[in-house]
Amino acid sequence: MCSCNHDHEKDHVCSCGTDKLVPIPAVVTEIRTETPDVKTFRVVGLDGSNCFDHKPGQCAMLTIPGVGEAMFSITSSPTETGYKDFSIKRCGHLTDWLHSMEVGQEIGIRGPYGNPFPVDTEFKGQNLLFIAGGIGLAPLHSVINYVRANRENYGTVDILYGSRSADDLVDYEEIKNVWEKEDGINVYLTIDREQEGWDGHVGFVPSYLKELAFEANKTAIICGPPIMIKFVLQALLEMGFEKTQVYTTLELKMKCGIGKCGRCNVGSKYVCKDGPVFRLDELDELPDEY
Amino acid sequence: MYYIEKAKLSELFSKIAENRSLYLPVKKNGQTNFAHWEEGTEYCDDLKTVKSAKDHFFPQTESLMHFKTEGKKIQINQDKIPDEKTVLFGVRGCDAKSFKILDSVFMSEPQDAFYTARRENSVVITTACSSPDEACFCGVFGVDPADPKADSDVVTWFAGDKLYWEAVSEKGEALTEEIKDVLSSSDEKEVEEEKARISEITKLLPLNNMSLSAFGGDKTDALFNAPQWDKLSEACLGCGSCTFVCPTCQCYDVRDYNGANGIQRYRCWDSCMFSDFTMMAHGTNRPTQKQRFRQRFMHKLVYFPANNNGEFSCVGCGRCVARCPISMNIAKVIKSFGGDK
Repeated sequence: MCSCNHDHEKDHVCSCGTDKLVPIPAVVTEIRTETPDVKTFRVVGLDGSNCFDHKPGQCAMLTIPGVGEAMFSITSSPTETGYKDFSIKRCGHLTDWLHSMEVGQEIGIRGPYGNPFPVDTEFKGQNLLFIAGGIGLAPLHSVINYVRANRENYGTVDILYGSRSADDLVDYEEIKNVWEKEDGINVYLTIDREQEGWDGHVGFVPSYLKELAFEANKTAIICGPPIMIKFVLQALLEMGFEKTQVYTTLELKMKCGIGKCGRCNVGSKYVCKDGPVFRLDELDELPDEY
Repeated sequence: MYYIEKAKLSELFSKIAENRSLYLPVKKNGQTNFAHWEEGTEYCDDLKTVKSAKDHFFPQTESLMHFKTEGKKIQINQDKIPDEKTVLFGVRGCDAKSFKILDSVFMSEPQDAFYTARRENSVVITTACSSPDEACFCGVFGVDPADPKADSDVVTWFAGDKLYWEAVSEKGEALTEEIKDVLSSSDEKEVEEEKARISEITKLLPLNNMSLSAFGGDKTDALFNAPQWDKLSEACLGCGSCTFVCPTCQCYDVRDYNGANGIQRYRCWDSCMFSDFTMMAHGTNRPTQKQRFRQRFMHKLVYFPANNNGEFSCVGCGRCVARCPISMNIAKVIKSFGGDK
């Protein structure tokens, strides 16, 4: 599909006159409550399609007419066909509205935006270590399920995931019933503080990471709150990881998604089109403003 | 080269307006801005319009689409892509160059359909600056106010009692062909004298010899943490005046308006100098005015050149020099990094 959101070939030079800022209508077919403030919305095109193709780590703009538009990472893997899932935390004006929606609600969608994780190039043949905090699992979820669907292309898979409490772990059912039960995938969960009924690990993600003392023969893929990312990066470097082995995905204010409105500009990069996925050595070249 | 008597300007405008909409600088309530020409409208030869000519291609506000909602159903209707054939007359060389800079943003893939249509449907007629003023420094950015042909379709000069006319692009030649009846052929003598006269003035302009050697696409590390930013930004009010009069500032906001006739999604100018520009639900990555101030100038003098073959995103029009309430401007920024040497 070409970038006008119409059903053209990928490299088609578009003359249909549709502006790139115009979304296509889609419908919410399923709403799953993940945590007290996170819901996962399943979005399907009005024609029953998956709206457009995407790669793991890419994003889409969701529109609620009269409320506004915002960028969200696509939570589902491209290997899950026929829909797109978005795990979204309630934290502002638009997300409030999304959380109050019912199944059957139509919304606007446009995308995909940004560079994906290099799942078919740099990641191929590598051991993968996923490190996520809270809602930061959302963009990694897409990568993890893509890797599971193409398991033979990758080495070992370790997933370290933490949140404030056991109630705040997103995708808990899938983690417990699918990921943990799969051969060759190790899942390590942790929560910030002791909680009744939790017999798993307690402590922050960066310190658990150090305890686990992974070998540095892996590619690390990180997403979480800025403070977690900061200490996880420190820990990884201490553990002997090179900056070229570490990937993360950034979140900045965006309005257009196509590198024109100026909001997500950091240094000479636009996070919406040059990111949101960056390798740590690329991030180091940007001014410290993200 | 052609000419028309100044006294017959309205005949020229009338002829151009036969097949196209003509926009030119008009003084209204003491403010000169580009406005639609109608019979009787008087052209104003002020050096600079208050707002730059970018408004013509990238309007301060414009509607992009309308939504209809009914229960859980929605309808999305894009607004009509503009198809008005236009001519801009009286554009200064600085503003003409700003169009090229805006083009590299809005007409790079994926193209902005609204901007691109306006650009493709327009003919740009520049007018040489007969009296550049002390706030002008377009020469620093390679603009020749005496002969601004680089970014024009037609260049014009006011000299003596005539307006001289020279087509410099295919579009300009096509327009000239259409309106030739009102023009007379001319030699270039008086225009050459006028060019020489303007060039003499530009040599005297106090800001027109600044050096940009401290800036460029590879200067992020050298400039980002420079101590100069503290002092430069200290008094900035964050009012955004510089952005709104700037011909190259292109940041925009997109908002929904829920009115009596349904829901409209519109685009409007925005400024990286505003505190909510990068504000998200969890906070902003530029909480201080210093960071926002630095972003604006780093973008124009470092980040933009990095992505556009060294081209700076400033044309030296000097509007910010004249408008800033605390007298801070890009010329002072350039000078504080050694640009006055």
